Amino acid sequence: MGSLLLRGMLAGLLAGFIAFGFAKVFGEPQVDRAIGFEEQLAKARGEAEEPEIVSRAVQASIGLFTGVAVVGTAMGGLFALAFAFLNGRVIHQSPRTAAIIIAAIGFVAVYLVPGLKYPANPPSVGSPETIGLRTQLYFGMIVFSLAALAIAISAGRQFVASYGTWNAILIGAGVYIVLTSIAGYMLPPINEVPDGFPADLLWKFRIVSAGIQGILWTIIALVFGASLERRQAGEAH
Amino acid sequence: MTYSSIVQGGLGAPIPLRDILPWAVFAGLLFLLAMYFVGVEEGAMAIFNGMYVHEFVHDGRHLLGFPCH
Repeated sequence: MGSLLLRGMLAGLLAGFIAFGFAKVFGEPQVDRAIGFEEQLAKARGEAEEPEIVSRAVQASIGLFTGVAVVGTAMGGLFALAFAFLNGRVIHQSPRTAAIIIAAIGFVAVYLVPGLKYPANPPSVGSPETIGLRTQLYFGMIVFSLAALAIAISAGRQFVASYGTWNAILIGAGVYIVLTSIAGYMLPPINEVPDGFPADLLWKFRIVSAGIQGILWTIIALVFGASLERRQAGEAH
Repeated sequence: MTYSSIVQGGLGAPIPLRDILPWAVFAGLLFLLAMYFVGVEEGAMAIFNGMYVHEFVHDGRHLLGFPCH
């Protein structure tokens, strides 16, 4: 288990490196534009400039790298734990295939679905007064999505014997979609996009954010799966 | 764990839960704490007094999709 965890963390760190490159090239221009908008807004209101605790240059390089690499490594570790629990119990595939399946489901359940309700926002979108509420709702949505996933999987498993694996998966997917749709409908909407904020900037920022998460999940799954199959092949000799 | 288990698919027998549990508890908590510092610290909640952690990981926090500001 320790070796599995280490493999997950290393896969996560590598994914963090690649995601950082992507974030640097495609994400930073959007962050800069959004901060420019924020400053214009503050100037128009006649507010004094905010003191810079950390320079933009540091935020956009070593700060961004630290954030993405730490989250990537932690994701890789949590991924290894999920893999250890699911492989051979819920998923009966080769390690590489199992890793891809877990990553695809993880991306949807942990990032995509919660993000459909509470999407990623660039600087200047979101008021400081509501940060507590927004954080609770965002993580609440993630927890609810994971709970819905667990219910959907155990519901789907009931039908494997009678309807076959394919149909059981469809039933499970249906249960997940219905449960998360109900949560999305019931939870309060958050819309704090300031007037005049460029629509294309908001769109690009959210697409880049999804791209970063997609890279993290994909690289973790590919590297982790490949490293497990190499280990097994090595043991067979 | 032999080559045949790869061909047949799966890691062979799943790792027993009692082997996973201690790792899941300790490592899992550490991972969540690491994510907390990048995603939440000095935003909605704060362990340290100040804004340094928040400002340092600011761009990553936004781009990874965590609520910010």
